[in-house]
This record gives sequence, structure tokens and C-alpha cells, in this order.
Amino acid sequence: MMGLRFVLYQLKKNPLSIIGVAILITFIIIAILAPFIAPPPEGHYDRYMIPRDGFSPTPQPPSEEHIFGTTEGQYDIFYGVIWGTRSAFQVGLIVIGVVLVIGILLGSLSGYFGGIIDEIIMRITDIFLAFPALILAMAITVALGPSLKSVMLALITVSWPPYARLIRGDILVVREEDYVEASRGIGSSHLRIITRHILPNSIYPTLIMASLDIGAVVLAAAALSFLGLGAPEGYADWGQMINFSRNWIVGPPGDPLAYWYTVTIPGIFIFLFVMGWNLLGDSFRDILDPRLARR
Amino acid sequence: MEFRAYIIRRLALVVPVLFGVSLLVFALLQMFSPVERAALYVTDPKQFANITEIIEKYGLNDPLWVQYGNWISQIFHGNLGWSKVVSLPVTDAILNFLPATLELAIFATPLIILGGIFLGSKAAAHKDKAVDHITRAGAIMGWSLPTFWLGLMLLMIFYGFFSGLFPPERLSTAMNIVVHSEAFTQYTGLHFLDAILNGNWQVLGDSLRHLFLPVITLTVVQLAFIMRLMRSSMLESLGKDYILTARAKGLDENTVVSKHARRNALIPVLTIAGYIFALLVNGVVITETIFNYKGLGWWAWQSAVHLDIPSVLAFALFNGVLFVLTNLVVDLLYAKIDPRVRLGGQAA
Repeated sequence: MMGLRFVLYQLKKNPLSIIGVAILITFIIIAILAPFIAPPPEGHYDRYMIPRDGFSPTPQPPSEEHIFGTTEGQYDIFYGVIWGTRSAFQVGLIVIGVVLVIGILLGSLSGYFGGIIDEIIMRITDIFLAFPALILAMAITVALGPSLKSVMLALITVSWPPYARLIRGDILVVREEDYVEASRGIGSSHLRIITRHILPNSIYPTLIMASLDIGAVVLAAAALSFLGLGAPEGYADWGQMINFSRNWIVGPPGDPLAYWYTVTIPGIFIFLFVMGWNLLGDSFRDILDPRLARR
Repeated sequence: MEFRAYIIRRLALVVPVLFGVSLLVFALLQMFSPVERAALYVTDPKQFANITEIIEKYGLNDPLWVQYGNWISQIFHGNLGWSKVVSLPVTDAILNFLPATLELAIFATPLIILGGIFLGSKAAAHKDKAVDHITRAGAIMGWSLPTFWLGLMLLMIFYGFFSGLFPPERLSTAMNIVVHSEAFTQYTGLHFLDAILNGNWQVLGDSLRHLFLPVITLTVVQLAFIMRLMRSSMLESLGKDYILTARAKGLDENTVVSKHARRNALIPVLTIAGYIFALLVNGVVITETIFNYKGLGWWAWQSAVHLDIPSVLAFALFNGVLFVLTNLVVDLLYAKIDPRVRLGGQAA
């Protein structure tokens, strides 16, 4: 296992990872301060629903009142992207959290007990991994009925198998260590051996990988929302906001970029959010990859 | 002889996975009421009038294993239900839309693989130099770009700003009429190929112009992935003893990199060819949706939005089976190239 201090030292050395950390901290601040940055209007029933200023189908350019402009249907873009940051963190954290629990549970059962349990669990992961992930997620979302909850359930369903495998592999290595054998010798229960001895020594890389997958999960959720299978209309969600811009890509003759803000602004938010995680992940991968460590 | 044993072992693994894939799709199907599921057994819209008869005939209220048997036997007869969106049987819809998607894949795949290998080995050979930092930053940015946003931005610039330079859809209206006229024979359904076979350069130009943006969109995001992989594989290979030997012999750097390091680094990249397939399919749904490019992905999106169950599940099943078979072919090729795989038995 690698010391936390070593990892932090390596991260500090790499300018790319520092940029990543800075981007993510900014987003965390935006998410926490959302009620102050974009206060919901008086008497607004649901803070996650973007307030509308009329119902005109034509987007309005940035102005004093709407600093990032409005989408079709007059949803305020500034409000949407700020509260969308919260939605993004929620989707990412919930999906990854549940995936980790399922992955750790099935992965440890599989790796620790081996035999028929291992065989069954691994064959199930084979089946899930036999589909292109987004396609399976799309089918599951349709089967559950399109909604943000379905999108999250679908992403959980397609994301756990790689984790179960990763944890299983790490446990197979640790299982044979002397201290595990010793604990077994003094008559510890399986549960105690797994939670006290095996997991603490094998889970570290998985946890890091999982937290870095948040960017990918948010990207997939945004894609499903963009396709019109996610959040209800008007919900503060980046993917949906880009969906709103689809009919306004090309402006009127003579002014082709008239509606640039509808697609550009929410897109930059998704892009930076995902890039923050990926910048961090890229440096972690180099640090954690033992085959590259010696160079 | 041992290669044959490997093939048999690997083939035997495919059957349970395919069975599992069908079970999973069947399980999703169970989320719907018998009336909704009846649409799977319809081959002609007139049959919707007597839906109770269909429920009766295919035993949609029967125990699950009876239903599964009915369902799977229908699939083996090539009957996947009725696609509301395009008013065709699902099987015909897949066959109709396949050439358009193939056309995208034919152009995007070589760009992704060759571009990724080239950039990745360049970056590794110059580790921690400017080339490495630039390609690496580029890869991370490309990998973080939402496909749907990139596509829309490209449209805004190359269709909006440069008025109509690279338009969406598959063909312009005029060329579409030409393609569907008597004088034009559709040999393959791939417009660019048909245009060449017919000697119609106008159609060819138009088709390529329409292909340009979707192919770029598909390539940019996935190129990054292959590049990353090639870079780390190449770095690993460059640290091996035989590279040291080659350098000690006094070979020039070019020969060392391209003849010794790159060839060995290519092997792991080959194994993820199956993964590229999955990425392409995922990407195709979004790309075709943005560019209104009527292929399989566009059809899947339309079906999903209209909650057209038979089509969405058929699309998932189709891709699941195709993905399993792709991985099978890749594994066999890999074992053929690298004897360590079949000797190692349980090699990851």
C-alpha cells in the first residue's frame, strides 16, 4: 500500500493535477453556495426547478437580469448551471456510493469465499459487461420510465461489475497474507477477517478509482438527460439545458451565432467539471500504476 | 493443437454469456404489462386490433419459463417485433439503418486506431517533453468533452458560421432524390461506396461532406482513450531489457522506438479493440442524434424517446450479442498473435 503522503507529494509535483484540484474546489464552493449565488425567487416551490421568465420559445441573450441569457421557454441559464452543479454532485456521489457498496459486497464475497459463489458472481458480471454500457443504461431507463431516478438506477446497474471484479482481484492477493492466516488461526469470524484485515488492506486503490469515476458518471447522466430520458423539464440539469439548445444552434440568416450562449455556457460547465476529475484521475493513475512507478 | 483447445474453451464460454444476455433483456421486458409486451410479437400494425389474441397466443400471462421459451424461439425466427417509430418490423429497421452506421464506423475506426497509436507512441517516446505534455493535455480534454456538446459546437461553427459548409443529416435533399432514382443502383446502402460504383461524383462529394462532422465528433473523444492506453503500454515496453539491449547494440533511436518498442506495445492495444467497438456504439447513438444522421443510433434514440419497447430492447440485445462476438474474435486473434495467452490459461 502506498502512503497518503507520498501520493499527495506526487500530486503537488504535477501542474495538471493542481489545475484539476482547483477546478473541483471551485465547483464544490459553487454547489455549497448555490442558494446565495443564485437565490431562488420568493415563493419558489422547488429550488431545483429553474425559474422561468415568460414562455416565449425564442432564447434571450445575456442581459442585466439574466446574465447568461435564457433558453427556449425562458429558463434562466445562470440559475440552471449553478443549481445544476448541485444536481451533478448529487448524481455522481449517489451513483458512485451505491456502486461501491454493491461492488465491495459482491467483490469480497467472490474473492474471499471463492468456489461456487465466486463462479456465480463473476458470471453475472460477465453478462453485464457484455453490453455497451450506455446502451444498456438507455434500455434500463426506458424500462423504468424516464426520470432522473431511473437514470441513476440505470447507471448503478451498469457500473458495479468492474468494481466487483477489481475488489475481488485485490482480495485474492491479500487473502493469502500471513496476518489473514494468523487471524483465521485464532478463530476470527469470516466477517471480522474481511472487515478488519482484508478490506483495509485492499480497498485503497478502488476507493480512489471510484471517486475519480464521478466525472464519467456525471457525463453519462448528462448524455441520457440530453437524449431526453432524464430529469423532468425545467429541472436544473446540465444535460437537459444542452437539450434545450438543440433547436437554436444556428441563428437567423446574417447572424448565425445569435444563440451561442444556449449551448456554449452549460457545455463549458459539464466540460470543466468532467475535466477536473479526469485531470486528477490521470495523475493518480500514473502514481498508482506499479508498472510505471519505477520510472 | 493447443490453439484448438483454446478455441474450444473460449467458444464454450460464449454460450452461457449469450444466454445471460438474453435473460437480462427478458428481465427488463418483465417490467411491462402483457399488453405492452404484445407489441413484440406483432409483425403488422393490423394485428394491434386483436391484442388479446396475441396475449393468448404467446402466453403472456403464462409462467415465466414458458414466456421465455416463446420469446427466444421468436427471436431465432428473426421476429423481434414492430418498430412504431419507423413503421417497420424491427428486423427490417435494423437492416435498413445498419449501412448508415457502418459508413460512420468505416471512416471513424481507422482514424481512431491509427491516430491513437501514432500520438500515443510519440508521447511515450518523448516522455515529459513538450510533445508529451501537449498530447496528454489534449487527450484529457478530449476525454472530458461531452460528445453531444462537441457535436453541437461543431455544427454551430461549420454549419452556422461557415454557412452550410458541413451540413447535418446523411445527404442533401437533391442528392437524396438522385440516390433513390432509377438511374442510381444502391449496391450496398453505403452512399459513398454506391456513389463510387455508380460513378456519380456529385453524390460522393455530398455524402463525404455530410460524413465529415459526425466522423470528427466520434473520433475526437475516442482517440484520446486509445492514445492514453498506447502511451502507458509504450512506456512499459520502453523500460524492458530488450530495449536496453537494442540501445546497447548502438541502434538508432528511431529503430528502437518503431521496431522494438512499438511492436510489443501494440499487443495490449489490440485487446481493447472490442472496447473500441463498445465506445463506437455508445458514441453513435449521441452523434447520430445530434446530426440527425439516420442510422441505428438515431433509430435507437427515437425509439427510446417514444418508449418503443421492442425496438429499444432489440437494439440492446443486438449490441450485446455483437459485443460478445467481437470480444470472442479479438480474444482468438490475440491468442494467435501472443502464445503467452493460451499457455497462461487464466491470463487476465
